[in-house]
Amino acid sequence: MSALGTRIWKSRFIYLLILPTIIYFAIFTYAPFYGITIAFKDYKIIAGIMDSPWVGFKHFESMFTSEKFPTLLKNTVIISMYRLFFGFPVPILFALMLNEVRHMLFKRFIQTITYFPHFLSWVVFAGIIYNFIGPSGIINLVLVNLGMDKFNFTTNPDVFRSLIVITAILKDFGWGAIIYLAALAGIDSQLYEAAKIDGAGKMRQIWHITLPGIRPIIALLFCLQLAGILDAGFDQIFMFLNPALYDVGDIIDTYVYRLGILQSQFELSTAVGLFKGVIGMILIITANSIIRRMGEKSLW
Amino acid sequence: MVEQTAAVAQPVTQLHVSKSRSLDANPWWAQGLIYLILIGAGLITLLPMINVWAISFSEAHEIYKNPMMLWPKSFTLEPYKYIFNTQVLLKAFGITTFVTVVGTFLNLIFTATGAYGLSKTHIPGHRFLLWLVIIPMLFGAGLIPMYILLKNIGLLNSIWVLIIPQLVAPFNLILMRNFFWSIPESLEESAKIDGASDMRVLWSIILPLSKPVIATVGLFYAVGHWNDFFSGLFFISDNSKWPLQMVLRSIIIDFNMLNMGTQNTNTLNDSSHLVVQPENIKAATIIFAIVPILIVYPFLQKYFVKGIMLGSVKG
Repeated sequence: MSALGTRIWKSRFIYLLILPTIIYFAIFTYAPFYGITIAFKDYKIIAGIMDSPWVGFKHFESMFTSEKFPTLLKNTVIISMYRLFFGFPVPILFALMLNEVRHMLFKRFIQTITYFPHFLSWVVFAGIIYNFIGPSGIINLVLVNLGMDKFNFTTNPDVFRSLIVITAILKDFGWGAIIYLAALAGIDSQLYEAAKIDGAGKMRQIWHITLPGIRPIIALLFCLQLAGILDAGFDQIFMFLNPALYDVGDIIDTYVYRLGILQSQFELSTAVGLFKGVIGMILIITANSIIRRMGEKSLW
Repeated sequence: MVEQTAAVAQPVTQLHVSKSRSLDANPWWAQGLIYLILIGAGLITLLPMINVWAISFSEAHEIYKNPMMLWPKSFTLEPYKYIFNTQVLLKAFGITTFVTVVGTFLNLIFTATGAYGLSKTHIPGHRFLLWLVIIPMLFGAGLIPMYILLKNIGLLNSIWVLIIPQLVAPFNLILMRNFFWSIPESLEESAKIDGASDMRVLWSIILPLSKPVIATVGLFYAVGHWNDFFSGLFFISDNSKWPLQMVLRSIIIDFNMLNMGTQNTNTLNDSSHLVVQPENIKAATIIFAIVPILIVYPFLQKYFVKGIMLGSVKG
């Protein structure tokens, strides 16, 4: 028996432990990779994936030339960018403010309240939002009581994206602050002492010590979010979307759902999904190498 | 690949009480402003929920008079009677409870065994196996290939489609693996010298030490199952088998009375129409959905914060 064989035999129990997990990944992650070929075939359900004829890049051509595609891509990227631009700084600022609080009880109270919505599903949270903005929601009832016209939030394309970004911030700003609070708690207090001795004021302490202390985590999360630019948040958008809003709010994921699951156009929807998956992978690998170049901790 | 850090082993429960004494005090006006903003952030989160709660216990005509109420007016239990009388919601509640309990249990078994195995860096092929788990985090086949696979193996429209396709989340596995990895090797070795088998070591040394990470990951999975809307939408077209979130959506978002059972749809048309309106029913449904999360919230907060810390170490 070779040395390697001996080592493998010695580790047999460990392999046995890993086996169920590996089988799971084989069936539910790697087996579907074979289904990607549908994007290059004329899929016949009777024949199955294997015996369906190849058609090359036909579905990709129809995807890139369709009128729908630029809109989908634009909506997805714009909503993601809005989220990043408006939503990303909020938890950081929130954490910095919490960090200034001396009353521990007050701090915990605020944290307990603001973490909570994160644990609600988008269905429930959207219900709470609709209670505000729905046709017979609070805002409209107040408007009617004041003798004014109702304002239509739910089918108005002008406010849809703002609605998405604001509700996303409301749901997760408290939760997002946790990781920054941990980083803030980890900053060595001696650094502050030293800065004070050198005569640095409050603002300079924040600028030179606090912010550099949380910079690695900011860089990491920023890159990750940038890499997820084609994920505009299916669960959330699906709750607020209706046909009146497709021009501004239909994103890649919602379209793939309608096209694939509701209309059974498997080839085209697989092609669109593949496009998204490949771009997403390129982005995350790029993000990781950027983080690595910056000298911060990378993902792998 | 994944560096080991001492931070994993540190208890993170002190997070809330970490003193920020190191920072200078702010001038009184700045400190006041910060407190005001924080109170505002708390209120903006809390008040909408209190309002929904108040509406769910109030008679319908009061909603139009005091839409901004924070305390029930003309107290009534009718909306709740209504939703409990429609079997649909309770059935979905049962389905999702089953999925959460059984699913989380299976999640933990599959994740813990895989994570422990992958924490043993000395086994041949360890890197390859690790990458097998990491690749799904980078690239997925997409929704449609998954749908076709589930169709072919006959999982569509079964309760197991809510459990089996999500048995192991790669992120949770890596989280656990890093924790197992941080347990000193010497503990295991000394037990082995005393003649303990691999299984015995795992069962009586590793697992007891890993309670925090098991609780954290278990909660991650449980909340995931409870709030899982995706699987129901894509893989269950038969609405008698819908999980909770799908039924919630049809009540809260669509207010789809068709699925609410027939015995009570006439409630809206008879003399009690002043008491129960769609607004009340939606509010009561929202509260019904929030209560289970409120009950486990103390644990959620404790362990999730820990989990975020563990995950932030290296994922």
